Amino acid sequence: MSVLVIADHDLGVLSPATARVVHAVSELGPIDLLVLGHGTTDIATEAAKLAGVTKVLVADSPNTADGDSLVIERFANGYSYIVQSAGSVGKDRLPRVAAKLDIMPVTDIVEVLGPTRFIRPIYAGNALQTVTDNQAKHVLTIRASAFRAAATGNNAPIETIENAVVSAAKLIAQHRTESDTPDLATAQIVVGGGVALGSANKFQLIEQLAKKLGAAIGATRAAVDAGYAPNDWQVGQTGKIIAPDLYIAIGISGALQHLAGIQGAKKIVAINSDSEAPLVKLADVALIGDLFEIIPQLLTELDKAGVKR
Amino acid sequence: MKILVAIKRVVDHNVRIRVRPDGTGVETSGVRMSMNPFCKHAVEAAVQLGEAGHGDEIVVVSIGPKVANDVILTALAMGAHRGILIETDAELETLAIAKLLAKVVAEENPDLVLLGKQAVDDDSNHVGQMLAALTDRPQATFASAITVNGAALDVTREVDTGTEVVSLPLPAIVTADLRLNTPRNAALPMVMKARSKPLAVRPAAEFGIDLASRLVVEKVSPPAERVAGKTVGSAGELAAYIAGEVSQMEAL
Ligand SMILES: Cc1cc2nc3c(=O)[nH]c(=O)nc-3n(C[C@H](O)[C@H](O)[C@H](O)COP(=O)(O)OP(=O)(O)OC[C@H]3O[C@@H](n4cnc5c(N)ncnc54)[C@H](O)[C@@H]3O)c2cc1C
Ligand SMILES: Nc1ncnc2c1ncn2[C@@H]1O[C@H](COP(=O)(O)O)[C@@H](O)[C@H]1O
Repeated sequence: MSVLVIADHDLGVLSPATARVVHAVSELGPIDLLVLGHGTTDIATEAAKLAGVTKVLVADSPNTADGDSLVIERFANGYSYIVQSAGSVGKDRLPRVAAKLDIMPVTDIVEVLGPTRFIRPIYAGNALQTVTDNQAKHVLTIRASAFRAAATGNNAPIETIENAVVSAAKLIAQHRTESDTPDLATAQIVVGGGVALGSANKFQLIEQLAKKLGAAIGATRAAVDAGYAPNDWQVGQTGKIIAPDLYIAIGISGALQHLAGIQGAKKIVAINSDSEAPLVKLADVALIGDLFEIIPQLLTELDKAGVKR
Repeated sequence: MKILVAIKRVVDHNVRIRVRPDGTGVETSGVRMSMNPFCKHAVEAAVQLGEAGHGDEIVVVSIGPKVANDVILTALAMGAHRGILIETDAELETLAIAKLLAKVVAEENPDLVLLGKQAVDDDSNHVGQMLAALTDRPQATFASAITVNGAALDVTREVDTGTEVVSLPLPAIVTADLRLNTPRNAALPMVMKARSKPLAVRPAAEFGIDLASRLVVEKVSPPAERVAGKTVGSAGELAAYIAGEVSQMEAL
């Protein structure tokens, strides 16, 4: 019953999601970790430190869905489980791999109940489905934010696999958001801003507060659509799923689709001019008022309280 | 080019759903249904490609009960030319849906298949990718822009790190994200016209595919409810609360 976990990485760095996926599936069997891409030596070295990993496999791959899926399929034979985080790469590749293997995948898993039993959210997290998967092979994606990270300190062997695939699709450009804030999906604190911020310029208020708290920045779809924030900051059913210890939602109404992304937050703070906003209703602490007055005050008060991260 | 668009009828995205007390699923009877929002963006993309001179024929297909006719009519009113309803009352898994759609692709041979990136009921986000696998076509999921570039498409995809552009040789599969376009509301004359467009109804059984479920859904339960908290009166009090939370985090 061996497990193949596909690593997530970006800019030559192993993503924090992978350690959480490894931890999530650690009871399912011995884990091999597959690192796909070009020039991934440093990533493999990091991956080899994760507790519970038997070996790290490194294979060159073209960074496209059809190319990467072909590579994963070549490894599939030797494993009972093929697993990746439910980030944009895993969501893109694993259903394709599953269909090739004639397997119905179980995706967005938030709880592993046993070798064949899993819980996954449906209807934007307003219902939870408990499923049993009795197929010969299991193709799974894991919602990383729902699990703790595996420990480090391991020194698993690294094997490079010679491999060549031709992909029909070609990756021709990547545009990324330059930001030194923490990874949204695994951050301890997230500050989120809504369309109430009014402009990209004023959205910097959110960024200032996030900086002060060492927090990641989130946004609503309305704020992203309006061009106030980049798409990869969107939190919700269509964006990222977060589970921070503290979520501070500012000028956000709390639409169903936004709430879908924050159900895992331990504590929620809402700043809103409307005391009837759904997010205010479910926040642990709410402050009613104009965000443009409150944020500058809050920055000053946090300084006074000596909060710095 | 010929475009096939797959559309699903789902519980309207504005409905606050209720889990049945016996745990057998989500209450869908007497609930407002409509076209899955992501599918609307897929239909709009097809119609816009047509208007730009790239879509010779737009065929829409939906798999579901007889009443799924209504979402096909909506798509026809938006500008699609022809509809196919693959009729079944069973709740099919995404793999079975993809297999049925692969049969339709084999029959229709479209250059481009457009789908929504995910259905807002099961939130699977599978079918486009599975259909691409079964038809051995390249895919671009989560599309926020599509441009025709000779015999290929340049598709901008929304990913966790920002956006990326993928060049896809046709035939190909693309799944639509919400920022791809703004779906139109069909004007009344188009709604009237839609009724006279061809709509073929075919039983799912006709396609000779094993539609049995692979997964067993043991139960469906509601998520834990959050209890309402308190309101504070000033930024100072809020700062004190946040400072308390931060020091707790650091203590761990
Ligand atoms: C299929 C689908 C998927 C979607 N996916 C997502 C998703 O992933 N993520 C997401 O966020 N949304 C998503 N949406 C959109 C969602 O339905 C809402 O439209 C969106 O979340 C609203 O964003 P908002 O809270 O910024 O704006 P609004 O709902 O307009 O709320 C603005 C809030 O700001 C408050 N406010 C205004 N001025 C001030 C002020 N000066 N000071 C303090 N407060 C103020 C108002 O009281 C209000 O509560 C999706 C929608 C659909 C149909
Ligand atoms: N029953 C269906 N009929 C037609 N298309 C479907 C059906 N189910 C899913 N799809 C298509 O696949 C997309 C993704 O759905 P899913 O993988 O279920 O989240 C949808 O947006 C539709 O375009």
